[in-house]
Amino acid sequence: MRVTLDSEKCQGHGRCYALASNVFDTDDEGYAVLLVDGDGTLAPDQEQAAILAAENCPEYAIEVHPS
Amino acid sequence: MTDLHDAPPRDWATEFDHTKEDYAADAPAVWAELRDRCPVAHSDAHGGVWLPTRHEDIAAIAHDTEHFSSEGVIVNIFKPEGLAPMGYAPPITSDPPFHADARRLMLPAFGPKAIAELEEGTRESCRQLLDELLADVTGPDDIVDAATQYAQHIPVRVIADMLGLPKEDGPRFRDFIHRIIEKPGEYSGTLGVEDTLLFYLTNVIVERRNGPPTDDLIGYLLQAEMDGEPLTNEHIFGTIALLIIAGIDTTWSAIGASLWHLAQHPEDRKRLAEDPDVLVFAVEEFLRFYAPVTMARIAAVDTEIGGCPVAERDWVLLPFPAANRDPEAFERADEFVIDRQRNRHLAFGLGIHRCLGSNLARLELTVAVDEWMKRIPDFELADPATVRWSTGQVRGPRELPVRILKTVEA
Repeated sequence: MRVTLDSEKCQGHGRCYALASNVFDTDDEGYAVLLVDGDGTLAPDQEQAAILAAENCPEYAIEVHPS
Repeated sequence: MTDLHDAPPRDWATEFDHTKEDYAADAPAVWAELRDRCPVAHSDAHGGVWLPTRHEDIAAIAHDTEHFSSEGVIVNIFKPEGLAPMGYAPPITSDPPFHADARRLMLPAFGPKAIAELEEGTRESCRQLLDELLADVTGPDDIVDAATQYAQHIPVRVIADMLGLPKEDGPRFRDFIHRIIEKPGEYSGTLGVEDTLLFYLTNVIVERRNGPPTDDLIGYLLQAEMDGEPLTNEHIFGTIALLIIAGIDTTWSAIGASLWHLAQHPEDRKRLAEDPDVLVFAVEEFLRFYAPVTMARIAAVDTEIGGCPVAERDWVLLPFPAANRDPEAFERADEFVIDRQRNRHLAFGLGIHRCLGSNLARLELTVAVDEWMKRIPDFELADPATVRWSTGQVRGPRELPVRILKTVEA
């Protein structure tokens, strides 16, 4: 499972950081920063949190892909 | 309340007025009716104003800063003109490209990590209010007002502290807010100069400029620069006014509405008590279901909303709470689901004007509900008829008498 973050869409709502702090951090201005390197492949213990973050992002800036 | 009983019912599609009691009393029913019957309504009130109620249209307008200007964000017969791109309360009233720089100045102070540091102080403030409120309660069945004795004081204290203003000025802030947001235009020409927000803040800024630098947001704005230049007086004044106006009424409304809900739903009180992990989802559902803020825009050019022609300079209301109850966008939209897992609500707006204070508002709402429930796990409305909802673009209970059924010692 992979996660992608579209920083152009992110407006700093902060839902991902609140719900999935093992996948997302925020910068000093509150915008999301992805903690997953490379192509966004998630570790098993990150998958549920990443899905929750995606389903609560008001700007549809986060996508979780099956592989 | 007189116009509820004396006036004939309005046709909401053409005669709505969001500043009147009949609209405030059951706004969700008005939006639901309009969504089905006339999803982009228009009224002649306030010199003419549009009211879209579908999620799709509201989201599109919030993202479209090219066709919809933020030069005016509170509908008023006195329409701001010639103030773009800064507007009278930057950055909320600013348009691109000025907006991005004005907003960037404020973002670090309101980021999630900076705001998390305010948690303990906010909890302490809530506990103190609860101590004071319960000091007069002698036994079960006593009645307190959850809005005027609790909810309204929490954001006043937090904002006053962030700005470095005395919390004793809270009642004055609430007067400014009432006149500007709840009854826009009605007080024009009736006030003495010394009673205005302009007079109050002008004095504060002069005093601060003449005093030593302070480690608070006013001190920060006085030192801040944009493009290598200090901020103009108008910019500093407008931003402080924004923090007072936008940071208090809104959060107070969200806290009050959440307690109003809990007073009527024992099953949700029980769930919060038994399952602390549900609070983070409950807070988002409170925000979705009882979103307090309706914003506004002024059409920048001749344009359209969902196929409805809108003329340049027309007012457009952006009722985020109506979008949050659109069944096209949310499953079981008209049900409060305390542990809703998929919740892309727009209580804080969308796009570049996403509420600057959203992290702070979430903290205050979370802590206010949590501390209340720990001390007063059981309570009910004293009398549903005595609950009064605010008029205007910020919606929440202004009087909320509740009967205390059970308390827990601190």
